[in-house]
Amino acid sequence: MAYLQSMATRASTFSGKKGRLPYLLLAPGLLWLFTFFVLPIINLAGTSTQTPVIGGDTGQYVQTFRFANYIDAFNASREQFARSFIYATLATLLALAISYPLAYAIAFRSGKYKNLLLVLVIAPFFTSFLLRTVAWKQILGESGFVVPTLRALHIIGPNTTLTASALAVVTGMTYNFLPFMTLPLYASLERIDPRTLEASNDLYSNAFTTFRKVTFPLSMPGVVAGTLLTFIPAAGDYVNAAILGNPNTTMLGNVIDSRFFRIVDYPTAAALSFMLMAAILILVTLYIRKSGTDELV
Amino acid sequence: MTTKNVLSPETRELIKAQVSRRGFIAGVGGLGTVGLLAACGTKAAPKTAASTAAADTGGTVRWANWTLYLDYDTATKKYPTLEAFQKQSGITVSYKEDVNDNDEFYGKVQGQLKLGQDIGYDIVTLTDWMAGRWIRLGYTQKLDATNIPNKVNILDKLANVGFDPGRNNSLTWQTGFAGFGWNKQKLPKGIHTVEQLFASENKGKVEVLSEMRDTMGIIMQYQGVDIESGFTEAQFMNAIDFLQKKISDGFIRKVAGNSYKEDLISGDAVAVIGWSGDMFQLSSENAGKFDFAIPDSGGTLWSDNMMIPSTSTNKINAEKVMNYYYEPEVAAQVAAYVNYICPVKGAQAEMEKIDPKLAASPYIFPTDETLSKVKVFRSLTPAEETTFSILAWGFDPHAYHKDVWRFHRCRRSVTDDPGRIIFRSSRSLGLRQDDNSSNDCWTRRTYRWLNLYRRHGYNN
Repeated sequence: MAYLQSMATRASTFSGKKGRLPYLLLAPGLLWLFTFFVLPIINLAGTSTQTPVIGGDTGQYVQTFRFANYIDAFNASREQFARSFIYATLATLLALAISYPLAYAIAFRSGKYKNLLLVLVIAPFFTSFLLRTVAWKQILGESGFVVPTLRALHIIGPNTTLTASALAVVTGMTYNFLPFMTLPLYASLERIDPRTLEASNDLYSNAFTTFRKVTFPLSMPGVVAGTLLTFIPAAGDYVNAAILGNPNTTMLGNVIDSRFFRIVDYPTAAALSFMLMAAILILVTLYIRKSGTDELV
Repeated sequence: MTTKNVLSPETRELIKAQVSRRGFIAGVGGLGTVGLLAACGTKAAPKTAASTAAADTGGTVRWANWTLYLDYDTATKKYPTLEAFQKQSGITVSYKEDVNDNDEFYGKVQGQLKLGQDIGYDIVTLTDWMAGRWIRLGYTQKLDATNIPNKVNILDKLANVGFDPGRNNSLTWQTGFAGFGWNKQKLPKGIHTVEQLFASENKGKVEVLSEMRDTMGIIMQYQGVDIESGFTEAQFMNAIDFLQKKISDGFIRKVAGNSYKEDLISGDAVAVIGWSGDMFQLSSENAGKFDFAIPDSGGTLWSDNMMIPSTSTNKINAEKVMNYYYEPEVAAQVAAYVNYICPVKGAQAEMEKIDPKLAASPYIFPTDETLSKVKVFRSLTPAEETTFSILAWGFDPHAYHKDVWRFHRCRRSVTDDPGRIIFRSSRSLGLRQDDNSSNDCWTRRTYRWLNLYRRHGYNN
């Protein structure tokens, strides 16, 4: 009896605090976001409209609310803007093309090897992102085995190189972001009820039609999540372009890096960061609208 | 070239301290710091005189230097001269090869410097122009000559430099040449001119230094410009156009700091604009596979300087380290490994004992003849520096000056009223060289900028 009573009091106090509890649970996350996202963003916005101090030294800026910084910054790096989005799109499409069959096979056809295959997809993440990219530079470079082999087979000319090219950058990005595509795809494919596929069969549709009308639409949340998880970091990436590219394949990330750390031109770098963020946001919103999956917004 | 290939591979074998490849991945270590940096204020720093205010706590001396810049013994994985110093003085020194590029290094630490927070180093080693910037901004501490009695050993021509008269804030670490380096197996004839560097068979396998003064200095001298005395923006733009053409034609694989060395070893690059000591070291490590020469049209001369950052609380010990490396015997040991020009008097005599051939090398103890082939890039004003580096490494200068060109209006000549010109917007510098009057013109933008400044007041 005493036990029941105590339970009852506990339940009542609990329900009394019910209104506050969600906020308490949210607090750490909100605090984190505020300190490490909102504040830096405000600071960045402030920096983006500054201008150099007259007669000052490199890296000295004052706030003058010069919004033309944005126009100047955009004009000076239109090419890299375009390149960032083209490369990111290519890498995303390639990753989708590779990941979909892979995720499909793991979800439906792997049997007892399912867990092993999933571990293999994630395994590269046990090594640093940077090291893996540098490793590709070695593998595809002059000292690796790939280039001499291809040359011996006369597939590429004696002066053709595989690294330091746009191809290497896009391939590098595809490789680096592949698991981000595979895992969401796998998760949504795995959730598909096999009975829907059987039903499709019973209604006389062939394998292709089943895929087109049942499997693919049901895996859309995975496709959308995967493409976003790949496209967003790829558009802002600069590691692949820096390690695997050449001076003609610089992306916006490289420009921002160089403006921040090399030229110490904070306003331009900040303006470019903002524009990149805005462009990605717009594209992503359009994409989600178009693909019709509201789950993510 | 008479000075080419002074050091035979056999000689190199004799040098005691041999090296292996060490990591050069440091260049991309700054990832993820952008957000933090953005949070730092970017207001103008108060210009303080070089301060000695920080209390001296003693302890480990943390030293940031460039890669392959101190004698290293692969067998013990230690720096012999540094070991000897630690044993004799009882001071521990944490030596870090953290500098890959002046701009990059400055970009990483300047936020903390401005706020007066410890940057994690008690000695930094930076090139003349960057050292000048630190001293100007009050980011260094005045050296106490009584703690550095060996300071008198500095070569006469380095004792009084423009950016630090009397060497009160800095001390030369090494001096060197920028010129051509190449793979002797791939290019037996060598590289002595800019044409040879950009020969069609080297396409896609050429790398140039991200150190703007070195790369542009060599190209400008090739175009017949004197980089030591005055040159105009138009002349600089000419060199930029030349470089940009080589980049867009696919000749240049990378514009890099120290990291060109790994690409030479892997064969991804066959010819570079590089630094003398680097090339000789690479050659000694790789059985004489590489060589270096000062371009026929002229190379550049630079120095790296040890300085104590204003944020260091370990000044006396740091000064002791500097003093130690100005002992001729120690300096000779370092020079025997790094192969750069030794800034210490008396080191040549000490080098005779280590290796007479190195003591005769014009790349370590240069003769007047060698020095006549190189020039020092003239000092730039901060505005010029920003503009030139944007033009040089800001990507696509063509889009940039096309844009400028569109806005260009010659409103007023500078010569009309020279007293009024205090500031020229960086925009006004990006004009085409074919417009002779361009250097004396205002752009509409300059006007806009100037109005802004008038409204908000001038700092300084």
